[in-house]
Amino acid sequence: MAGNAASGHGQVTRRAIRFTRNGVAREIADFHPRTTLLDHLREQERALGTKEGCGEGDCGACTVALGRLREGRLVYEPVNACILLLGQIDGADLVTVEDIAPDGALHPVQEAMVAHHGSQCGFCTPGIVMSLFVLHEEAPRPLDKAVIDDALAGNLCRCTGYRPIRDAARAASVEPSATAFSASRTDRAAALAALDDASDLFIGDETRFFTAPGSLAALATLCAAHPDATLLAGSTDVGLWLTKSLREIEKIIWLGRVSELATLEEGEAGLEIGAMVSHARAHAPLARLDPDLGELMRRFGSAQVRASGTIGGNIANGSPIGDIAPAMIAWGARLHLQGAQGSREMPLEDYFLDYGKQDRRPGEFVRKVVLPPLPAGEAFRCLKVSKRFDEDISAVMGAFRIGLEGRRISAARIAYGGMAATPRRAAAAETALIDADLDDPASWQAARAALSRDYSPLSDHRASAAYRARVAENLLIKALNEIAGEESAQTRIIDNRGGGVLAAE
Amino acid sequence: MADSAVNGAKTGVSGAGEADRPLRHVRQALPHDSAVRHVQGTAQYIDDIREPEGTLHIAIGMAPKARGRITALDLAPVRAAPGIVAVLTAADIPGPNDVSPAMGDDPMFAEERVEFHGQALFAVVATTRDAARRAARKAHVEIEAERPSVSVEDAIARNETVLADYGFGRGDADAAIAQSPHRLEGSLRIGGQEHFYLEGQAALAIPGEEGDLHVTSSTQHPTEVQHVIARVLALPDAYVTCEVRRMGGGFGGKESQATQWAAIAALGAKVTGRPCKIRLDRDDDFVLTGKRHDMRCDYALGYDDDGVIQGYKVAHLVRCGYSADLSQGVVDRTMFHSDNAYYLPAVRIDTRRLKTNTVSNTAFRGFGGPQGMLSIERAMDEIAWATGRDPLDVRLANLYAAGRDITPYGQKVEDPQIMHAMIAELAESADYRARRAEIAAFNASSRVLKKGIALTPVKFGISFTLMHLNQAGALVHVYQDGSVHLNHGGTEMGQGLYMKVAQVVAEEFGIAMERVRITATTTAKVPNTAPTAASSGSDLNGMAAKIACEAIKARMTAFASEKYGVLAEQIDFRDDRVFIGNESLSFPELARDCVMNRVQLSHAGFYRTPEIWWDREKAQGKPFFYFAYGAACAEAVIDTLTGENRITRVDILHDVGKSLNPAVDIGQIEGGFVQGMGWLTTEELVFDDEARLRTHAPSTYKIPVASDVPEHFKVTLYPNANRTQTIYRSKAVGEPPLMLANAAFCAITDAVRAVAPKGARIPLDAPATPEAVLRACASLQGEALDGEALEAGAQP
Repeated sequence: MAGNAASGHGQVTRRAIRFTRNGVAREIADFHPRTTLLDHLREQERALGTKEGCGEGDCGACTVALGRLREGRLVYEPVNACILLLGQIDGADLVTVEDIAPDGALHPVQEAMVAHHGSQCGFCTPGIVMSLFVLHEEAPRPLDKAVIDDALAGNLCRCTGYRPIRDAARAASVEPSATAFSASRTDRAAALAALDDASDLFIGDETRFFTAPGSLAALATLCAAHPDATLLAGSTDVGLWLTKSLREIEKIIWLGRVSELATLEEGEAGLEIGAMVSHARAHAPLARLDPDLGELMRRFGSAQVRASGTIGGNIANGSPIGDIAPAMIAWGARLHLQGAQGSREMPLEDYFLDYGKQDRRPGEFVRKVVLPPLPAGEAFRCLKVSKRFDEDISAVMGAFRIGLEGRRISAARIAYGGMAATPRRAAAAETALIDADLDDPASWQAARAALSRDYSPLSDHRASAAYRARVAENLLIKALNEIAGEESAQTRIIDNRGGGVLAAE
Repeated sequence: MADSAVNGAKTGVSGAGEADRPLRHVRQALPHDSAVRHVQGTAQYIDDIREPEGTLHIAIGMAPKARGRITALDLAPVRAAPGIVAVLTAADIPGPNDVSPAMGDDPMFAEERVEFHGQALFAVVATTRDAARRAARKAHVEIEAERPSVSVEDAIARNETVLADYGFGRGDADAAIAQSPHRLEGSLRIGGQEHFYLEGQAALAIPGEEGDLHVTSSTQHPTEVQHVIARVLALPDAYVTCEVRRMGGGFGGKESQATQWAAIAALGAKVTGRPCKIRLDRDDDFVLTGKRHDMRCDYALGYDDDGVIQGYKVAHLVRCGYSADLSQGVVDRTMFHSDNAYYLPAVRIDTRRLKTNTVSNTAFRGFGGPQGMLSIERAMDEIAWATGRDPLDVRLANLYAAGRDITPYGQKVEDPQIMHAMIAELAESADYRARRAEIAAFNASSRVLKKGIALTPVKFGISFTLMHLNQAGALVHVYQDGSVHLNHGGTEMGQGLYMKVAQVVAEEFGIAMERVRITATTTAKVPNTAPTAASSGSDLNGMAAKIACEAIKARMTAFASEKYGVLAEQIDFRDDRVFIGNESLSFPELARDCVMNRVQLSHAGFYRTPEIWWDREKAQGKPFFYFAYGAACAEAVIDTLTGENRITRVDILHDVGKSLNPAVDIGQIEGGFVQGMGWLTTEELVFDDEARLRTHAPSTYKIPVASDVPEHFKVTLYPNANRTQTIYRSKAVGEPPLMLANAAFCAITDAVRAVAPKGARIPLDAPATPEAVLRACASLQGEALDGEALEAGAQP
């Protein structure tokens, strides 16, 4: 019987997901594990304000807000309902466009959207309203352009050109929120707290299930019992396997209830990011390590994707253009894996074996990634180049950790994304850079040339091989120029290195 | 910026009007009619309509190859899949297998040959959408594949076209060029564009009795949907009703290409006898529906010492895709706009409408005009590069002017002075000259980042060039309670047409806006309509509605005049009342009295655009009722190490005549500019060697996001009554602003010029992706990206 596998650790197994909507506790006990939140909302609840624009978490028409208790505090974040699975709302307060204002009335962001002519065709509008709603309820004042643009990066509007939407966001959110919604937060937090149990969740049977173990031990048992099950973290990747590839996945183990995987620790040993820490949560700590890591996170996906997607999920699936891995590899991050046979760790670069192939054994899962502190005398840069600045995947991503003795380069860790089947270090360039002089760009040329020995990039829809090769070289030179002293404002169109605004969190 | 809307709103109100009484609704910056429903999520789109009991869902089976003969199509695995009710193929179609708008070359389902990758082969009708999508992938298809034509060059090599070559001109362009003191030749490649309407293609077909069908379709052209469904089902038109309340965006992508999906839903309803819904998945929508035409524009020109063009020749080699679709009109409009705002004394414009094994390109905001205009903007820049003159001065020197005011197709530009005035005003308000100097100074000291600036004009001809489309109908009922039912042939896709026409109706009756009930466009109320396209929606439908209101008002006036013994001239409809001599009564009171006295309170208004004509054989006529004008000044910055680029400031002055609704018009201008900017910067359609579209979702096809729009984005309406008799002297606004974005492309080009040797030509094609910009920079610095040395300033 299904529950046996899930509840082998003495925990009570819960047979229904529980969440709240409009202050009311809700339970759903029977659903197909693949059911998306969007399909549930539209087909079962007839909450039709939430739209499907793309079905891949890119356009934001399906944006809803999820509130969760984080260290006792209720935090709302926007998510894309089209790729989020229904089971993942367990333990959350679900807020759709229908829920943000009392009957017939308008929330301040809705009023402002009307007053500023922020809608034309209206199809993207509910999603935009929800992104602005979260901004209104959560973000500190004042809202500047960068904060608003970051909040809207995951909401495509094809009609307005965004100017009126930006104006609406500003106008609605001059003062801190004083809405009926914000007044209800205490009650909502209490309602969520009442749902909070550490139980294992299991919906379905042995052949088809959505399960969410409540502990590492239960997870390990489940993984051992069902090595064929799909591990689900944020669903920003797996969601597309379902909506686009139509994969007939029947067994899903969601990691979202394993509290041990959601830890985030900043200390002398560096930054430890649990596998289930979302990009949104990791953003600020990474920015504290280095502003370029912060900027990388700011540009990673969108607010919706960062709220759902996890650091562990991004690494575990081994995308060749994963934007995080090259930066972390250059940084010197170490990956911790855990399985029934115990745990092991490795330099992050060793995890990526080949295209679509990672060093993860059956039943094993990513536990955490650890970024040690950057020693004094070392410099770090990472630079992402994509067709569009925001909400795009890099054509080339270059990351550089340079050790210096005076002006002499004494050590180099260089990694690129988009240049090979996996995120990979540039061994030849690293070697060629040793003993180069920061004040003598001619001494960098050997490393630049060596990149052609390190990589043979491919041409695809993001960029040609020739462009990738050239940009890889130019990013190395750009990074070295900056480390040599050129101000980033002189070398970057968008310069968030100079301690500027770090959006979100 | 926030106050640009306010400025704009003010400009719309002042100046000479045609009405001598103050207007209460027209010219007001009223919100979109559905604004509140939009923000609440209660505005209904096709997929939000409550499905009738037993509704089935349709998914398309798509061709796995781009070109070749179908040797096997085994649908047994599809039929065996769970939830399948029917599988539709060409054999199920009672009428002709043709969903084309005119030319008969768009099959609903490919039969013997496939012509593009993804082409519809069959459709699955299932109990759920999920079941239909899964089953649609199970067919066993064999195709004797041939090498597809993907590029312009492939099609030229095969000499395959979808329509005959066509050209027109004036004088002897070759001789004029040969005799010019300066000559140059060049070529510009211009990319296509996916519409990316947020609501994908969708339709719901509900069968009635005796073969009747009611079809709700997300279409800009309900009449064509009706007619094509009747054609393929071998029914009289009168059996089919097509309705649309609103679209979640259209942009031309639902002018002809909403039809196929509605027709497939209708066929499904006929075959199964049950309601059938189709809603294309986004990736399928990308693959199955046409885009803006991409093209190569080869040009040659001669100019004098002042940079004034003496002769101009251009050949537009247009990738139309596998079928004609609307390419005749689209490419003709490329020709009509190959002059943009510039006088071409001797000119020759040629076009080839090339056939490639890709989805059939279609209407897209601007309808071919943008490409023609961008190519001559490149010519202007070329002259500036060669002469060292400021590009703006070159543009001014070539602008249409009195005595230099006849277009290549023989229509006179009646008001060229507007363009001069607008450019002067914008150059001043945007501080163009001073900023150019600042940018030069910046570029001299900046190693990696370079800036550029450009100011470009827009002149866009308003009317369908297919003459019979310049007609519209409106149906207005006044009910006994004084509420007004408004219906017309135009469709609402976000552009605010419904609100503008409602404003006209409220104005005509002198009633509160709340009395006017806007209703869904349907072929059952207004027949034989034109598509909502060519920016003509409010021009045509506003006039038709006005005519309907005037007729009803005349009957009400005549009745009141007789009943109260007051001259008709002393009866006035205003403030929600009717003033009859010294008495007044409410509008509902008069309406009720009219009904009791058997006065007809309904009228079907009809309007057709006067004056226009076009003889395509002779290439002469007056195809446009008038021209809409605009000008934009854009500034750009590029990163010469990566090619990344960004538009950092935009100033726009645009002529909408006397605006019907300044808020709506400013929205059209801003949205049009940003959409055009996307077309020319980040939006890149990539087809591989197998003619498969590789950028088929927003993850890979990048339209502008909020941060791409600069903080300084100032739009001002140019206060100028349309000299032509249009609805309240307004001008069309849907398409013209898109071409304001040519300034963005020219600004990026100008920034690239900062790395170029003096006098060099800038080999930048559109879109100006980071890769395109870096390629241009690299070639100007004497090396191609892939290492081959190029001569500095080599030919693009």
